[in-house]
Amino acid sequence: MISLWRSRQARSVLFQVLAMAGLVGLVTFFGIQVVANLKVMGLSFSFAFLDFPAGYDINQTLITYDSTNTHLRALFVGLLNTALVAFFGIIVATVVGFLIGVMRLSKNFLISRIAVVYIELIRNIPVLLHILLIYGLVVNVLPHPKQALDIGFDSFLTNRGLFMPKPIFEDGASLMFYGLLLGLGLAWGFTYYAKRVQAETGKIYPVFAICTSVILLLPVLGYFLAGQPITMEISVFKTFNFHGGIVVRPEFLALWLALSMYTAAFIAEIVRGGILAVSYGQTEAAHALGIRPNRTLQLVVIPQALRVIIPPLTSQYLNLTKNSSLAIAIGYMDLVSTIGGITLNQTGRAMECMLILLSIYLMFSLLISLFMNWYNNHIKLIER
Amino acid sequence: MKLKYTLVALGMVAFGASSAVASTLDDVKAHGMLKCGISTGVPGFAFTDENGNWQGFDPAICQAVAAAVLGDSSKVEYTPTTGKTRFTTLASGEIDMLARNTTWTFSRDVDLKFTFAGVNYYDGQGFLVPSSLGVSSAKDLNGSSVCIQTGTTTELNLAEYFRLNNVSYEPVPIETNEEARANYMAGRCDVYTTDASGLAASRSTFENPSEHVILPEIISKEPLGPLVRHGDDQWADIVRWVLNVLIIADEKGVTGAQAQEVAAGPDPELDRILGTEGAYGAMLGLDRDWAVRALNANGNYGEIFAKYIGEETLVGLARGLNAQWTQGGILYAPPFR
Repeated sequence: MISLWRSRQARSVLFQVLAMAGLVGLVTFFGIQVVANLKVMGLSFSFAFLDFPAGYDINQTLITYDSTNTHLRALFVGLLNTALVAFFGIIVATVVGFLIGVMRLSKNFLISRIAVVYIELIRNIPVLLHILLIYGLVVNVLPHPKQALDIGFDSFLTNRGLFMPKPIFEDGASLMFYGLLLGLGLAWGFTYYAKRVQAETGKIYPVFAICTSVILLLPVLGYFLAGQPITMEISVFKTFNFHGGIVVRPEFLALWLALSMYTAAFIAEIVRGGILAVSYGQTEAAHALGIRPNRTLQLVVIPQALRVIIPPLTSQYLNLTKNSSLAIAIGYMDLVSTIGGITLNQTGRAMECMLILLSIYLMFSLLISLFMNWYNNHIKLIER
Repeated sequence: MKLKYTLVALGMVAFGASSAVASTLDDVKAHGMLKCGISTGVPGFAFTDENGNWQGFDPAICQAVAAAVLGDSSKVEYTPTTGKTRFTTLASGEIDMLARNTTWTFSRDVDLKFTFAGVNYYDGQGFLVPSSLGVSSAKDLNGSSVCIQTGTTTELNLAEYFRLNNVSYEPVPIETNEEARANYMAGRCDVYTTDASGLAASRSTFENPSEHVILPEIISKEPLGPLVRHGDDQWADIVRWVLNVLIIADEKGVTGAQAQEVAAGPDPELDRILGTEGAYGAMLGLDRDWAVRALNANGNYGEIFAKYIGEETLVGLARGLNAQWTQGGILYAPPFR
């Protein structure tokens, strides 16, 4: 027995088992309390309400939805809206963040100061205030649809959102899709080929330029071959509002901009840290080997910087996704507003709705983590 | 944000802090204060006066109950709630009663396990639009943007009414009356919809109330009233009969100031109410003078109505449906015997 206690491995197993038992015990205790207290209040625990008609309308729906659909479908509408704002938010935050991060390292005084001011101003104000501020600006400063700002390309800017033409794909548009597939295939094949040529002969092809043009040109070719099968549905003003086309609502706009600007400030610092983490000796060594400056950045500095950048970047992506739940402050119909807001309120199923919300956000976060970890493994230094 | 309340409520459920077992009356007496949920502010119905105290048509009910139970109408702790937080706040025991333009519906009564103590305002959902739009009927609103307070019955009525009338619209969900007003004024929406009384109240705070019209359609029945949790019938009875006493006094034309004088008067029903005949207060678990104090708090139903939302006030509501049954309205309290 004593010898078991002295074994480091046995001890660590024992402590883990104890910790696990404690955790399970605590969760069970809360579970029992919840059930007992709900019973005292005369409430049951059931997810049956998800099958009942929701009864409320949602302004932004990526899938068809009306008030006669079920709460479950409303949940999916909210889920997709959350995913939408998180997806576009992550893209813009990444682009702006990298840009500002690199600007901050610039030797040009003005450029680096601009980056510093941006970072310090944005990241020191709570994101909720950013959201409310942008929403307030959009709603109060932009004109009413009757006096809409015509910003060209048949697009209109109003305090009810940005109205843009919507492409309608007619017969033959599939040709463009096949063109895109073919382009992607060719690009992949060419990259493989170029790598082999470079390994064998040292000859370097302009892979990026060739791939981009193939991917872009083939769908365009398909478009003309199929007789221009895309028409634009233009937003038209009728009595109250613009109808038709794509509408980017003020709620989405405010949430999207605020989340991306806010997260970009953090990403900028992460990028700066990542680049500074690569010692200057690496650059000098590359130069000494005769590698050109832009190739040095591409082949030596960035791959090493990414190793440092990716893990904290993942956290920022997770933060952005979770912060999107602030949507409720301005009435953007995300998960919290649908299942955690209106559904919860109309059905009174607080426990059930909160559980659903928690699990969905957990699932979102785990998916992002999973992808970023895969990417991190993919780019990390392979030690031989 | 507003989620906070829900989480607090859930936390209370999880940690076993539910107070649904003990008697609410004992809780209130032990605490020395009545915890009353109200709205976040609707002109006339619930607002803070210059001293920062809550006043209005809804807080008046809380004050009357506090006067009846605790003997002092000022012993009320107010918890402002939004359309979304109100039910969790009440269900979790954070408040003892809710007096906040809340519609009495089947699912709230049966499924959410609340007891409505009665109706203090018979309302219906209406539409407010700027007169410059030139709209004369809700059926002309095809394609408009509509500001709705989320988590209310109005949200469901609206979806149903517009679907049945083939009117398409863009819902703009809003948390509180104040935000709805701000968005409506900024032109984010063409229409603001809520209970007609709330529309009149909001309009009274506009710079140019005459530039906005309330459309003729009233698309729903909205009986608004105070409510308590299921499971404590004694407490529900207290709230119900405080409200009924206010209504009966209005029917009999007894003002709050007269309550003391008529206590030993010739009307036997008033004698029963005001404690000079029988021991009706004791049946409720209260003392003899509970009704006198409740009436003294803000006067009878008619006085409260006139003081906060009546035609003399900025809100300017007529009694309409809320007149006594003897005067062409539907306000009808059961007999006190």
